This record gives sequence, structure tokens and C-alpha cells, in this order.
Amino acid sequence: MLLIPCPWCGPRDEAEFHYGGQAHVAYPADPAALTDEEWARYLFFRDNPMGPFSERWNHTSGCRRWFTVTRDTTTNAITPETSR
Amino acid sequence: MTRRDREVLSFTFDGRPYEGRQGDTLAAALLANGVRRVATSVTLGRPRGIFGAWTEDPTAVVQIDRPFPEPMVQATTIPLHDGLAASSLAGRGRLSPDPDPARYDATHAHCDVLVVGAGPAGLTAALNAARAGARVILADDRPEVGGSLPDTGEPVEGRPGVEWARAAAGSYVALPDTRLLTRTSVVGYYDHNYLVAVERRGERAVTRERVWRIRAGRVVLATGAHERPIAFAGNDLPGVMLASAARAYVNRYGVVPGRRAAVFTTGGGSGDAAHDAARDLAAAGVEIAEIVDARQGGLVTGVRGDGEVRAVLIGRPGGPAREVEADLLLVSGGWNPVVHLFAQAGGELRYDDRIAAFVPGRPPEGGQSVQVIGAARGVFTTAGCVAEGLAATSPPDLPSTVTRSSRESRVPVDASAPGDAPAREDAGPSGEAGAQPLWLVPADDYTTHFVDLQRDVTVADLQGATSAGLRSVEHVKRYTTAGTAHDQGKTSGTLTSAVIAHLLGVDVGALGTTTFRAPYVPVSFATLAGRDRGALHDPVRVTAMHDRHVERNAVFENVGQWKRPRYYPLPGEDMEAAVLRECRAVREAAGVLDASTLGKIDVRGPDAAELLDRLYTNMISTLKVGAIRYGVMCRADGMVFDDGTVIRLAPDHFLVTTTTGNAAAVLDWMEEWLQTEWPDLRARCTSVTEQWATVALAGPGSRAVLAALAPALAVDAESFPFMTWRDTEVAGIEARVCRISFSGELAYEINVSWWYGQALWDAVLATGTVTPYGTEAMHVLRAEKGYPIIGQDTDGTVTPADLGMDWIVSKKKPDFVGKRSHARADTARPDRRRLVGLLPEDPDVLLPEGGQVISTGHLPPPPVPMLGHVTSSYRSAALGRTFALALVAGGGNRLGDRLYVPVNDTLIPVTVAHHVLYDPESTRRDG
Amino acid sequence: MSDRLWNSPEPDGAYDVVIVGGGGHGIATAYYLAKNHGITNVAVLEKGWLAGGNMARNTTIIRSNYLWDESAGIYEHALKLWEGLEDELGYDLLFSQRGVLNLAHSLQDVRDGVRRVNANRLNGVDAEWLDPAQVKEVCPIVETSPDVRYPVLGATYQPRGGIAKHDYVAWGYARAASALGVHFVEHCEVTGLEVSGGRVRAVETTRGRIAAGRVALSAAGHSSVVAGMAGVRLPVQSHTLQALVSDLLEPVHPTVVMSNAVHVYVSQAHKGELVMGAGIDAANSYRRRGAFHIIERQMAAALELFPCFARAHVLRTWGGVVDVSPDASPIVGLTPVDGLYVNCGWGTGGFKATPGVGWCYAHTIATGEPHPLNAPFTLDRFTTGALVDEHGAAAVAH
Ligand SMILES: Cc1cc2nc3c(=O)[nH]c(=O)nc-3n(C[C@H](O)[C@H](O)[C@H](O)COP(=O)(O)OP(=O)(O)OC[C@H]3O[C@@H](n4cnc5c(N)ncnc54)[C@H](O)[C@@H]3O)c2cc1C
Ligand SMILES: [Zn+2]
Repeated sequence: MLLIPCPWCGPRDEAEFHYGGQAHVAYPADPAALTDEEWARYLFFRDNPMGPFSERWNHTSGCRRWFTVTRDTTTNAITPETSR
Repeated sequence: MTRRDREVLSFTFDGRPYEGRQGDTLAAALLANGVRRVATSVTLGRPRGIFGAWTEDPTAVVQIDRPFPEPMVQATTIPLHDGLAASSLAGRGRLSPDPDPARYDATHAHCDVLVVGAGPAGLTAALNAARAGARVILADDRPEVGGSLPDTGEPVEGRPGVEWARAAAGSYVALPDTRLLTRTSVVGYYDHNYLVAVERRGERAVTRERVWRIRAGRVVLATGAHERPIAFAGNDLPGVMLASAARAYVNRYGVVPGRRAAVFTTGGGSGDAAHDAARDLAAAGVEIAEIVDARQGGLVTGVRGDGEVRAVLIGRPGGPAREVEADLLLVSGGWNPVVHLFAQAGGELRYDDRIAAFVPGRPPEGGQSVQVIGAARGVFTTAGCVAEGLAATSPPDLPSTVTRSSRESRVPVDASAPGDAPAREDAGPSGEAGAQPLWLVPADDYTTHFVDLQRDVTVADLQGATSAGLRSVEHVKRYTTAGTAHDQGKTSGTLTSAVIAHLLGVDVGALGTTTFRAPYVPVSFATLAGRDRGALHDPVRVTAMHDRHVERNAVFENVGQWKRPRYYPLPGEDMEAAVLRECRAVREAAGVLDASTLGKIDVRGPDAAELLDRLYTNMISTLKVGAIRYGVMCRADGMVFDDGTVIRLAPDHFLVTTTTGNAAAVLDWMEEWLQTEWPDLRARCTSVTEQWATVALAGPGSRAVLAALAPALAVDAESFPFMTWRDTEVAGIEARVCRISFSGELAYEINVSWWYGQALWDAVLATGTVTPYGTEAMHVLRAEKGYPIIGQDTDGTVTPADLGMDWIVSKKKPDFVGKRSHARADTARPDRRRLVGLLPEDPDVLLPEGGQVISTGHLPPPPVPMLGHVTSSYRSAALGRTFALALVAGGGNRLGDRLYVPVNDTLIPVTVAHHVLYDPESTRRDG
Repeated sequence: MSDRLWNSPEPDGAYDVVIVGGGGHGIATAYYLAKNHGITNVAVLEKGWLAGGNMARNTTIIRSNYLWDESAGIYEHALKLWEGLEDELGYDLLFSQRGVLNLAHSLQDVRDGVRRVNANRLNGVDAEWLDPAQVKEVCPIVETSPDVRYPVLGATYQPRGGIAKHDYVAWGYARAASALGVHFVEHCEVTGLEVSGGRVRAVETTRGRIAAGRVALSAAGHSSVVAGMAGVRLPVQSHTLQALVSDLLEPVHPTVVMSNAVHVYVSQAHKGELVMGAGIDAANSYRRRGAFHIIERQMAAALELFPCFARAHVLRTWGGVVDVSPDASPIVGLTPVDGLYVNCGWGTGGFKATPGVGWCYAHTIATGEPHPLNAPFTLDRFTTGALVDEHGAAAVAH
């Protein structure tokens, strides 16, 4: 049960959140202009680092806001990323 | 209180009645009655006695028969109570077929400091932290405080130990924001200082056991040390006992575990624990036959006795042995700090030669804040433990974490203090330990030198593993099962590592231990399940009309968490008859369905239309206020995700409906895009599912019913056309009426405030001309019209085009979520599986939903090529026959083809038809 | 063969094939390279102790009743190999075909189950649909009362499914491969892949550089990390998956029961302990410690289905790092780098495939072409969209 720092509500139990995977993967500006390969990268390929990972969480059972933290996937150490 | 003064309790063991005393464990009471053989070992069938006195015991694992059967419980931890019945086991327990009548629950707690272990170190730490103003929880798995003090009777700060401990605990609980949890085992140490403890509240308590989920600012582990055995021939015979355990039986319980004892020690512990034990046993009247001290070259080479120790063999390996008569052999092979929780937290262990044991090393990373004190890090003197307790919780050590989590900080802030207090590696364990590592007594034959007494693992087994080439403790553990039993290696772990190291000729520190895993002590499934069972396992959601459905004997279906009426059988009707009747009513007269469970999302804002354009495959922004449109959403991979209607309430205000099961997911989906991709869009989404109760009124007779209930509403087709909505009063209730249809018939969906759902339902039925119908009839009716059910006719691999709904995919919009995926090679393939109708050639044969579709009239040997599968299949009153929907490869090009659906060994011939089988011209929707 | 299981030699400077990852898949692949293709100058490099990853942590469920033809092909091939494996390896694997039940709790579960049974049969995979009374016959302790929150409405049943002892499988293969000359190098972490001219040339390890004709990745939860060393990006995410065992009990549970809807899968191992899998932790992780609320939920679900487990005890919990792919199907085949092969994405269910993937992956490595059974499981499918989506309809994770 991680303790996740919601920038709006403060630290809360993981059970209140929904995980959103890698952060900063923008929806392509013009999907139609992409090759199938480029589109596949957007759809299916995400970083999967062993170490610091910039990731999204949604405070589903709280303020319902999305935010970003950096969490180390080997230690679970979390540092907040989004400022409010 | 001496034993004699305690209340007498009756119990049985293996069916024989005994008496024990209040405060006994079952093991203590059995020993008091001279019962020394309590189990049989699992593989070798050897007698097993009582080896330890608390959770470290590997041997005395018994079955509880009364008050309720419980398998495999350590007799050394069972609090004796009147009427307890237990029996011996041969290594495997028995589950009761009856439901467990006890109640279990869970609670959350937050504190600045959690101290685990209420011995001299832990008590001191907790009291000191509480005095400094911290919110403190002190947990200990024993029924009373003091840790090992009641076992040893040692004095603390000049007072008898037990008295000192009680006084300290008394001062502690008198302070504000303190909690003392006895009989509470901290079983798991998880990330971000989250710990799980189990409180054993007793057989008579309302809640038998309770899980504590504790988030601590800082954790102080004062979990003590376990004495460990020595491997010698026959060291598993009942009568061989840890010296510390024998001492505990004498001092804590007033039970004498034997008449004449020998002692085998390697030294170690505070002062010299084994000698102290011998002294205490002697004082209790046990004759001490001999103390064999390995430091002076003494060795016990074996024991003699049939089922119990009768004599001890003392001598040298290979040389002659002296036989010394004794019924008890105390062993003390040194002490293992209880490092389990520290290791679980992610801390690293290191081997300390001075005490020949693993001690806390590098502290864990990643948001843990833990400190280990006292015997748990190898400090074995009482005074040393008290000093550690003080140091651990004295400023400046304390404040940084205390102030971090405490609501009102009453402790001076010291910003310069380090964030997380490391487990101290610097000051080593106190030198008094002085252990001589003697792990095993050399012999020619190691087949009865046990290292794990519960799993019957001997030094010979370890030799077998190493000679098979295994080099890692983990491999040896798995090869031999050493350390996998109830005590999870509390006594056997370090010994096993040391013997393997010895066999391989490597350093035990380099070899290491196996991983320490939660739970620290066994926890029953029921305890962890808590109250999340039965009706509370998952919330049941019901609509405002639910009671009415129950009154009508509805048969319910679970849809997500909702209970939905599937059909309403009349007396004597089976499901088939009821559904045909309900369908007929809708097609021929009027029916009413409780549609309240459909998800409803209110979408508002100047950019609401733009948001919906981007999420739906079709165009929403062109929808006029007052009008309704059906829409489909895809995931980015182009597969259909949900469908529903969108109604436009105002230029900047929409209400969208979702499928019942997907309501939460669709809201999440919309919010995610809005917040993370298009934060510039000014729109807000709110779930209003439970604000609106919805009644679907369908059938050619529905207009008349509505007209009667809503006199102010012009209901003729021209004034109130298909796919529009009106606000009005229905049965005197403010309502929004939508003219939409999921059956192909003239139909209305009447939405009212949830509070009035039942009143509306009653009013509709009171007209006397309307038949209630359930989800099954609804499914049949929509299938006749070829409307798919997302999740039934789709499975996450189906595009709108596959459903025959190319018309709903906008060609005009530059983009919508999923559009790009429709252009991929595989998604654009012409021979994809498409939704079609299937008409069995025999109109009475009902295809099984899930049946596969093949092209050949005989079954070739497998693998048989499959064209697709039946997604929906019903008997249709309107069509006068059975029919099905199916996804079939190249579907649209096969209209009129004969295909086959294998059912067991027969092939059912079917004809492929268009998926819209009923009223394809939609002539009926205006009534 | 002797009592010795496998050799752990110092690595040679060069091998024809270097397999990265000594889990079940890596070991089995080495065995079939030697056995089927005569390629014996092979090293399996394992960063920890051999088969100490997911191979040592899984709940050992074996079945082949997957929905899609592509999956049925490779899993059924595996099951057929399982059926002769003890004889082939001359090693007791405690392989027990006690049957696997996948329970249905909703009408949609029923449709999905029937669909899968029908597909399985046509693919030559043994499968039956059972009603609740038949479920009770196969496994009398399952709660089949209609009065519980999510009643059992039926189940798919694969009689040939079952369990095996994971460690023995790894050791049996390793022993046999060792006898054929394969080197198992433990405590040897691959830290780099040397690629030049578009071809892999060698691996860098904590025990030095090892030249390699071909390199076959089989690192399960660490696949992204090792593939990344050659600049290859994989569509997998690593997550912690937990499991637990109870104390030893008299036999109560004769089969394997899985229920996706209430998240339970459980069997009773030979010694008598109940072996149960828990849910997957949501967030990406390389930690072998999962979150406790997952275990608590798991217990609640278990007691809904098996009320008689109430007083069994959790003795031990643990976690493994699994590599989850977007369509819950594996990726086995070539990579953009010549001589570099990848096997990953088995997620929560690759133990059962061990013999099958070993067989096919060895073929792929030996011939440079995918075996027909792993040909559908290319990296390329994510571009074309020809996924083998096993979550939607099969609806069971293991
Ligand atoms: C709790 C749990 C339950 C499961 N239950 C089942 C089940 O019931 N049925 C089923 O079929 N499947 C199950 N699985 C999944 C199954 O265990 C895996 O899919 C399968 O074991 C993966 O293949 P493997 O054995 O080769 O993996 P692993 O045993 O994980 O092997 C990969 C190896 O690669 C090594 N490695 C990684 N990086 C490097 C490097 N840089 N250098 C050298 N070596 C490296 C790792 O140390 C590891 O030993 C379960 C998994 C878990 C965690
Ligand atoms: Zn919040």
C-alpha cells in the first residue's frame, strides 16, 4: 500500500488511486500523418525502466485529478512531479 | 500470582481430559500434565515434542477441535481456555466443512512511532517517544508486556523485571495518544512504512481477530532474539528443548518441563543464558545432571530413549560416549536476532561474527524509516536494551519523523536532523554475547541431525543437496524444504545456512539467508478476509424500483454490481415462457423496463460538444438542442469500447448514457482525455447515474400510456419525433422523456429524480395495460433489430465496421479516438469477423451462445478452421423461430450461405442472414 | 545420469548461443537447442541463482484451453510435451493432470466459457462445459449455492490441465541440458549487448565479456531492460504478481480452480499446502514485494468460493516480476538486430508454456526463422494490429 502524494489532497493510500502508466506520452498531433509503425509506438510501446519512472496517477476516490510523480520502480521511493 | 493461585481450566488433548491454569498456553498445560509427545513428524513419522515456548517452536503443531476446528496451530501460542479441545497431528491439519462462526475485522491506524516488541528495549522506546509528545503505538504478540522478562525473571533498573515492565506500560498508556496492543503480531512490513498487524482478541470476543493496518512515521523494531538449536544425533526427540523455552516454562508459567535435565550450550546470550536457565530450573526443583559446554570441548553426541529422552550421550565424535540419565536436554546454540521485519522492509542483513548471527545491515530505501534496537540487533543485556530504547527515541533522533506525520506537532522541530534514521550499523552489538559457533556435532551419520524439525530436514539431507551440486541456500531450501514450515525457519534458518556453508567450505556471511517473507507468523485466511464476505464482499446496487421487482418475483441478473430483473415469471412459467410473453407484450402492446442502471454522465461547458466529437466515432456537435443521437466510442486501438445515447440539453450541455457495466470506466475515460490531453477544453463531466431513475416504455401501445400519464405533452409523432426529448410532468412528477428505442418499437425513456422512480413505475403499471419486462426480453428485442450489446456481441477485438455500423464512423471529422487504428492493415482487412444474423435451418433449434461457426458439414480432424462464433441466440416471438447473432469472417459476403455450428457431436446447419432481422425498414418506431 | 543436477562452470569466452536469463524458458530452450538441433555450445547466463525468478514463484497451473487458434497451438504443443516430459527428462516433475476449472459468475462469463470450450474442442484441446452441479462433483468444496454474491453459474473444465513442481521442472531440464554440454552460469548478470553492423556480437556480463554467435533473450520481467541494451524497445510492462501458500492440510482440494471474476486461483500441492495466486499490483515495478491489500482481497475472494478455507493459515507470501504485453499474449521471435532473438510477454501465465516455448524458441534460434507455432507471436503484430487478444474472451490470467 504505497503512500501517494496527491498534489491537491496530500498523501493518501494507494487504494484510492488509479494507475495511469508512463507520463508525458502525448496524443499525436496528427495521427493520420503517422505511419503504422509510429502509430503502434504510440498505442503499445511505453517505457519500462528499472529505476526512476515518471508516471501518472488519478485520485479516483478523492479529487479525481490526474497528476504525475516520479517513482523508482526498484525501491518505490516517490518524488512529486506536478506542482499544483 | 503463582501458578497455584490461577484459575483452573479444563481441556482435552487427543480426547483425554486435563486441567491447566489461566495464563497457560496449551503447550505449558500439556507439559504441566507430563504430556511431552504432541505430534508426529510429517515425512519420517518420528515423535515430536515441545521444543520452544512461543512462535519459534517448530514441533508442537496441533489441531484445534473445539471451540472450532483449526488446523496446524502451534501449541506454544494457543492461550488455554476452558473447554479447549485439541489433538495431535502428523504434520497435516484438517479443515472444518462447517462455516467459521467467528467474526473478523480490520482497522486503520496512523502514528508517529510504531514500536514493535514490548520488552525492555521496546517499552523504553515507546514510553520515551510518548513522553516526547509523539503519537505512539506499541505492539507485542504476547498477552503481557515485558518481552523476555517474564521468562527470565531478570531485574530492570533495580526492580523485578515483570514489575518494571508493568509500571512502564502503565506510565505509557497514561500518556495521551498512546496505544498498547498486546496479543498483536506485526506480521508484515510493507512499502512507505505500512505495517500489518494481527490482534488476537480471544475466542469470546465479538471480533475474534482484527487486522491493524498501520501507517507509521517511524518504526522501531525491538523484536528480540530467538535461541537456536544445535544439530546432533536425535536432536528431535521429545525432551530436547531450547534452554530459553525451558526457562520460560518454569518462570512464566510455573511449569516444570522435566525431572532431571542435562544442558548443552555453546554459550551466548545475556550473561550466559543456558547457565541461567539451568539455575532457574534447579531452583524449581529440576535436578541438573550435567552442563555440557561446547566452549570447554563438551559435546552431546546423541540422546537415547524410546519416544522421549531417557538419557543423553556425552563425549567426542567417534570416541566413547558417556550416558547420563536425563529426561530433559536443554540446548542453546546461540541467539538469532529477530530481523524478519527489518528484512521484509527491504533492509539488508549482515553476518556478525561476534555473535555468529545475522544482524541488521544496510537500512531499506524508498520511504521506509526504521530503526532496530536491543536484542533484535544483537544487544543481549537488559541494561543495553533499555539504553537503546532511550537513545532511539530521544531528540534529535525523534523529531524529524514525528513532526512529519503528527497533526499538531508538540515536539520541537529540528530541521537539521536527518530525514530517516538509519538502522545503526556503527555501534555493534554488545560484546557480552560471546558465542562459540557450534552448528553441528560431527558424526559419521547425519541422518538424525535435524536442522528443521517440522519439515524433517537433516544435515544428511543438506549433504544430499550440496552433493547434487546446489550452491545457493535458496536451492537447498527448495531441494530439502528446510525453513518452509510453520515457524518459517525461526529456529532452522541460520542453522541451515551455517551447515550449508560448512558443507561447501564457504563463509556463512557470504552465503546469506533465504528471503524473509510475510507473514511473520501464520495468519488465518478468515482473518485477512475480515468482513469483506457474503453480502459485504462487493456492494449490491439496486434501483429505486427494486422492491417492486422483488414483489413481482423477478429473477435477477448481476450486471456489474447492479441487480437487474432478468424476467418476471408468472406462476407456472419457466424462463422461456416468461421471456416470450414479455417480448410479445412489447411488440404487440406495451412493456416497461427498469433502465435506471444505465450510466449517465452530465457533460457541460463551452467545449462540451468538441470533447464529445473527439471521443465518439460520429459527429455530436451538429446535434440540435432538443435532439438525441446514438453514439459509439472506441479505444485508441480502434476497438469498440462503449455505446449509448447523447442528448443535447443546451448548446453547452449534454447528457450521455453508457452501458450499465461500463459507467465508471466511461467517466474515467472522458476525464482522463479531458485532463491529460485536452486541458484547454472547457468541459466538465459528472456522473448522474443515481440522480435519474429511468423507465423505458416500449411498444405500439406506449403512446397511449404516455398520453394518459403526461396530459401536458403532445405525444403525436410529429410533435414529438423520434430521437428528441421533452421536459414535462409524467404522473405528476417532473420528468424528461426521450423518444428513443432499443427494441425497434415506438418507445420512450422517462427519466425522473431517483426519489420518484418507484412512484413513476407504479403509475405506469397502474394503467393496467403495460407488462413489465426484464433484461432478457430486452436482449431478444434488440437482437431482432440487430443492435449489438457491447461486451456480449463485442469482445474488445471488434470495430464499429465489424458490427455493420460503418455509418456511425464519421468520415468528416479529421480525427476521433480510435480513427487512426481503423486504417491499420489488420483492422482494414476485408475478411474480418462481422456481425451477421444466423437462422438455424430447423427453426426450433436454439444455437448455444458461444457456439463456433464452421463452413464444413462434417468435422475434419482438428484443428478445425473456425469462422467465428455465436454471440447472442434467442427464441423470437416476433420471428416465430429461433435466431442468433454471430461474428463471422467475411460476414457480409456470406449472406444466404449455409454454415454449421457444432454442438457436441452434431453439426447444426444455419443460414447466414443480415443482422437486422426484424423490421429492417424501421416502420414500427413511430407506432 | 548422476545425482548431480547441473554444472555451474566459469563461463567460456565465446559460445554459439548465449541465452540471457536462466528461468524455465531459458533452460528449456537450451535443452531443445542441444536435443533437437544439436547445438550444444550454449551458455545460459543467470544473474541470480538458477530458476530463481518467476520460475520459482509461480503457482504452476498448466492448461492449454486458450481461446484463439494461435494460442491453442503453442499451449497445446506445450501440454503434449508435458505429458511425456518426466520420461524424456528422467526426472520426477510431480506433474499431475488433476484438471483445471475456470468458473463463470455472470451470464457473460458463461458465454465466454462456452465459446472457449467450443473453440478448444475444434482445436483438439480437451474441454468441457460444466453446470454448477457438475462443478460440485469435480470439486466438492467449491461453494455453488445460488445465494452468494456472485454465484457459480458453470465452469469450463480441462481434464488434462493440472500442476507440476516448478523447481523440479527447471532442475530436470537443467540436468538434461547439462548432460548434453550446456553451461549454466549463475550469478552472471548481463549488463550490455555488443551490437555492430546491425548484428549482435557479444554480451557484457558481471563476469566479463562473452562472445556469442546468437543471443536469445529470455529475461521475463527484465525483458525491457535487456532488450534496451541493444536498443530494442518492447511493448511490455513489468509488474509485481503475488502468490501465497497455506500450511499443510489433509487433501481437500482435488483439482485446480480459477475464477477470474472473483480473482481466485488455487490448487493443493502434493505436500498438502494450498497454493494460491493473488492479483497483480497496478503500478510498474521491479520489486518482488507486492502490496498487502492485494492479498487481503484475495483472501476475501477465496472464502467466497471456498468457505472451508477459513481457518487455513497463510504461511508465506511472495512476489515475482512479470512482463505484461498489450494483448496478454507472448512475443517470441526475431528482433531488428541480427542474431538477437526475444522471448517475453508471457506475463502471468508462462510456466505452462515452458516446454512449448523452449521447443519453438530453440527452433527460431537454430534456424533463424520462427517455428510455425510462434510465428503469430511476432513484434510486428502491434504494427499491423493482428493481436492475439487473450484477455477479452479467455478472461483468465494464468
Ligand atoms: C506469482 C506468480 C504466479 C504465476 N502463476 C503461473 C501459473 O499458475 N501458471 C503459469 O503458466 N504461469 C504462471 N506465472 C508466470 C510464469 O511464472 C512466467 O510466465 C514464466 O516463469 C516466465 O518464464 P521464465 O521461467 O523463463 O521466467 P523467469 O524464471 O523469471 O526467468 C527469467 C530469468 O532472467 C534472469 N535475468 C533477468 N535479467 C537478467 C540479466 N540482465 N542477466 C542475466 N539474467 C537475467 C532473471 O534473474 C530470471 O531468472 C506466474 C508468475 C508469478 C510471478
Ligand atoms: Zn486528490
